[in-house]
Amino acid sequence: MARIELDLAHAYKVNPLRDEDYALLPLKMTFNDGGAYALLGPSGCGKTTMLNIISGLVKPSHGTVKFDGEDVTALLPQQRNIAQVFQFPVIYDTMTVAENLAFPLKNRGVSPQKIKARVGKIAEMLEMSGQLNMRAAGLAADAKQKISLGRGLVREDVRAVLFDEPLTVIDPHLKWQLRRKLKQIHSELKLTFVYVTHDQVEALTFADQVVVMTRGRAVQIGSASDLFERPQHTFVGHFIGSPGMNFLPAKKTSTTLEITGQRIKSNWVTPDLDQFTLGIRPEYVTLTDASDAGAVQAVVTQTQDVGTYWLITSTVSGHTLRARVATHQPIPKLGETVHIAVLNTHTCFYNNEVLIA
Amino acid sequence: MKPVNQKAWFLILPVVICVAFSAILPLMTVVNYSLQDIISPDRRVFVGTEWFKSVMRDDDLQGALIRQITFSLTVLIVQIPLGIALALSMPAKGWQASAVLVLVAISLLIPWNVVGTIWQIYGRTDIGLLGASLSAMGFDYSYTGNATDAWLTVLVMDVWHWTPLVALLCYAGLRAIPDAYYQAAQIDGASKLAVFRYIQLPKLRGVLMIAVLLRFMDSFMIYTEPFVLTGGGPGNATTFLSQYLTQKAVGQFDLGPAAAFSLIYFLIILLLCFILYNWMQRVGTSDKEVSNG
Repeated sequence: MARIELDLAHAYKVNPLRDEDYALLPLKMTFNDGGAYALLGPSGCGKTTMLNIISGLVKPSHGTVKFDGEDVTALLPQQRNIAQVFQFPVIYDTMTVAENLAFPLKNRGVSPQKIKARVGKIAEMLEMSGQLNMRAAGLAADAKQKISLGRGLVREDVRAVLFDEPLTVIDPHLKWQLRRKLKQIHSELKLTFVYVTHDQVEALTFADQVVVMTRGRAVQIGSASDLFERPQHTFVGHFIGSPGMNFLPAKKTSTTLEITGQRIKSNWVTPDLDQFTLGIRPEYVTLTDASDAGAVQAVVTQTQDVGTYWLITSTVSGHTLRARVATHQPIPKLGETVHIAVLNTHTCFYNNEVLIA
Repeated sequence: MKPVNQKAWFLILPVVICVAFSAILPLMTVVNYSLQDIISPDRRVFVGTEWFKSVMRDDDLQGALIRQITFSLTVLIVQIPLGIALALSMPAKGWQASAVLVLVAISLLIPWNVVGTIWQIYGRTDIGLLGASLSAMGFDYSYTGNATDAWLTVLVMDVWHWTPLVALLCYAGLRAIPDAYYQAAQIDGASKLAVFRYIQLPKLRGVLMIAVLLRFMDSFMIYTEPFVLTGGGPGNATTFLSQYLTQKAVGQFDLGPAAAFSLIYFLIILLLCFILYNWMQRVGTSDKEVSNG
């Protein structure tokens, strides 16, 4: 069990010059002992690189990794005593489930009685006690992934468990079972869990704290509601939520406010800037009528029945604006001009992609 | 129930015809020869299993068979581990990998009879690098005079010629192992030996099976290289099965015994490959739960 502190940057190239040469731009981050963290971001954002740096498979080109204040940057993965579960299940084909689970202990010279006790305990936790004597190679992907996890947990003093998109090859109906199992194990063992994924549902349901990453940068760390209500960066707004946040450019003078060129009369407090971007989630916009001077005019381009609500896509002077409308409300028709209120307590304001208010 | 349509069988007809002309008909010709004594083109006598009996009791043939089995087994024992070791020590990426691949593959590109000629010169004690060096070091080496030397020279020649095939197959097998396996093993604290034993070797099973079968069949049919190098001598120290067969069929024109022997030869290869294949399929798999009970 450990608190993990990162203060580093990483480039796979030898002489990084520009930002694009870095897989991870300089960052400082702390994973608290016993926390459940998710690294969330699109492919190539550096999340797997960060995970491999924590586990020691990749040595950062700059900076340090600390476990509980101890500098482990130079230590090999086996010396760091972490566990890692990979995207594709890694099991030792010729061994049984029990032998697979015992392997890390055997390599470390633990006594046979102790191995047996630990393997029994972990198998019970993973609900695999009945399969201990089966050949691991013949099992299904979800069982194999549980073995991979078990090989990490079997070491009592393991300092952190790292997951690299572990549910990629698991059937959808088994995914939630396995995810629940992970949560349960986390609450039982109180280990530091770091979970890499590009699936926001997975990240938000698994982790207490989600690190959203893009292009080698960690743009926001926060709980699910932080990420949803106050995205610190327009990327987070786009990436979290389905569909993502709406962004509309705004201009302001001392007396007027223009959103996408439309003059708005509103007493709502907006930032003291000539130009900024307004962000609002489709869940929080409301359809009003022409009498509302604080609304923007939009033309409906698409309506979709998503089951529990309707998703209305419209354009406001060339910018897309999506709205969720409850099924019991009147649904506008295609091509109809609607008035949409975009200023309320949930509205966020951005300058240069960063949240300002 | 689904309607049954047997017309699909017609689709395999072209294959059946091709196989008939390329394999079945020639084989039946050999069967035909093996059952008759052909005295002249228009005089032939049906002799039943007489050729088979006489061939089986032939001391020369039994000697050649024993030599052949010893040779093929030695080839496997030497070439398979050596090939694995070579593949493990070859670089995995960069220009070094390409360079080493080309170097390793060179011997495979040389025609069989040229390989024989190369080693014939290489082993000569007057001008050959190997022969002259051995003589200079005081060894009484002669592949033409000494039966053991001749046998060893043929073996070393085959190792030189064909170990690269095993190495290339294993190399391909090793490259196909995902990095995650090595990373997981590292995290599990596995030693190099454990990585080999529990990851690399099991993952190489498929290619090793192919390598063993190929090397076994090829070495069991070895002909050209010893023919060029030693001509089967001295005495009959390096007369292997196919050379013995050629002597019978082409040299002495004993078509009947040669045909009978061909069939026996064919069945021996088939049987041994069958045994090898089944044994390798089973090794390290299914019976594990039973032993752990």
